[in-house]
Amino acid sequence: MNGNDEDLPLDPDLDAAESASGAPRPIHLRPSALLLVFAGGTLGTAAREALSLTFPPIDGIPYAILAVNITGALLLGLLLESLVRRGPDHGGRRRVRLLVGTGVMGGFTTYSALAADTARLIGSGSPAPGLAYGVGTVLIGAVATWAGIAIAAAFHRRTLGVATEDDR
Amino acid sequence: MTPLIFALVALAGGLGAAARLALDGIIRTRVSSAFPWATIIINVTGSLLLGVLAGLAAGHLVSDASYAIVGAGFLGGYTTFSTASFETVRLLQERKWLAGAVNGLGVLAATTLAAALGVWIGGTLS
Repeated sequence: MNGNDEDLPLDPDLDAAESASGAPRPIHLRPSALLLVFAGGTLGTAAREALSLTFPPIDGIPYAILAVNITGALLLGLLLESLVRRGPDHGGRRRVRLLVGTGVMGGFTTYSALAADTARLIGSGSPAPGLAYGVGTVLIGAVATWAGIAIAAAFHRRTLGVATEDDR
Repeated sequence: MTPLIFALVALAGGLGAAARLALDGIIRTRVSSAFPWATIIINVTGSLLLGVLAGLAAGHLVSDASYAIVGAGFLGGYTTFSTASFETVRLLQERKWLAGAVNGLGVLAATTLAAALGVWIGGTLS
């Protein structure tokens, strides 16, 4: 696929180290995966909370959460594209995806605060700032995600000198 | 915020993220669709619950510390913007323009309505 010579297991969900004790469990019910996501989610949430306490909302608009969501979107795009270009999702790559992607970035970014703040701003009588905050987060977030994916793809082409069919 | 409350917020966020992984997997094994229903369900339910919590806090039924631990912590870690945005961009890259727009702006509208509904429910309970 990407010039990776690792042997693929028959079942890509199966990690050799974890399959010794009988039937394999799906990833989302494995204690090791849940623990990685718990650890990453704790770190990501701590970082978000620290930023949101340091930079309180201005005129009701939570700029810290805006910055957190956009930065997290860019970093997740960068991470997932880097991982998929390095090879299939198992072993170390899967552990990094769970710890950093699902855990840290998932805990760092938040949708519930985005929705609740958008609803509060719209409901407070002047809907324009609320709409701008909500729609702005989604649109800039999509551009940031796309930029993260593009940066990872460009890095992969230049540094590793690996070209796949769709890059040409 | 005391260091203890801060630590509890962070740990609750870890629990929320683990709950997201488990629920995401459970939904994905039952619903096979190119549309990212799992993340949508997680974000809409998390927004509804944060609204309820905010409504209860406005009626002083929930302390500031509990609001921070469950709201910013657990529900903040449970819901995710980065994955939602990634899935939107994936749909757009596959030229599924309508699905991408719905997953971006439609889900924003749905979660915002869910949060507002939650605030109303929380206010009614208070």
